[in-house]
Amino acid sequence: MPGKQGGLNAEIQSRIGHQLRAMYDDVVRQGVPDRFAELIRKLDVPKPDPQLGNTGDPEDGRS
Amino acid sequence: MPLTDSLRDDILASVPSLRAFAISLSGNGDRADDLVQETLLRALANIDSFQPGSNLPAWLFTILRNLFRSDYRKRRREVEDADGNYAKTLKTQPAQNAHLEFEEFRAALDKLPQDQREALILVGASGFSYEDAAAICGCAVGTIKSRVNRARSKLSALLYVEGADDFGPDDTVRAVIGGSGG
Repeated sequence: MPGKQGGLNAEIQSRIGHQLRAMYDDVVRQGVPDRFAELIRKLDVPKPDPQLGNTGDPEDGRS
Repeated sequence: MPLTDSLRDDILASVPSLRAFAISLSGNGDRADDLVQETLLRALANIDSFQPGSNLPAWLFTILRNLFRSDYRKRRREVEDADGNYAKTLKTQPAQNAHLEFEEFRAALDKLPQDQREALILVGASGFSYEDAAAICGCAVGTIKSRVNRARSKLSALLYVEGADDFGPDDTVRAVIGGSGG
């Protein structure tokens, strides 16, 4: 329990901490918007060479 | 290091807290998402400079914070409708009372100097250590500690001491005087 700093101050600080996290976590809980998931996914896959119509075996491109 | 699947997953996992940080800093949901997008593009473009095994969230937060800083200098308080836009980003609208309290808290947070606000958010909400927060902000650990302390005491003054003024005699006095007709 709050003791050494004086009850009121400790209580106020804990309320501030609580509100701060509530505000923050409200956004965190929204997860990853599609826009960002897509952005990261797109950059992950090496862009298929437009000249190769079918992107089957990656070895194909070497010949 | 190259962009491996696991690194990509880790970046993706950081997106929710990057958004929360961006919204806390900017007070504006649309602008926050633009900041996050730019952060991700920068991070992916510079992924080779990320040291494997080092703190990925801290690295991403540093990029976002620097982008916000340079952007902020350009715009200064160009966007002043922070409250309305922030509320719109919330999926779950808090109940009326809680909502009011929430708006007061946001308004108080906006009154803090930027240095103090970001330090408080990093330590008090994002859960970074003082050391990580210092690295993100490019300052000494002691500086972060004192910014966080000043932020806390200023917030408590704004929310719980200054608030007492709201109940000053003005309204009552005015009502009495007004009622007496003259």
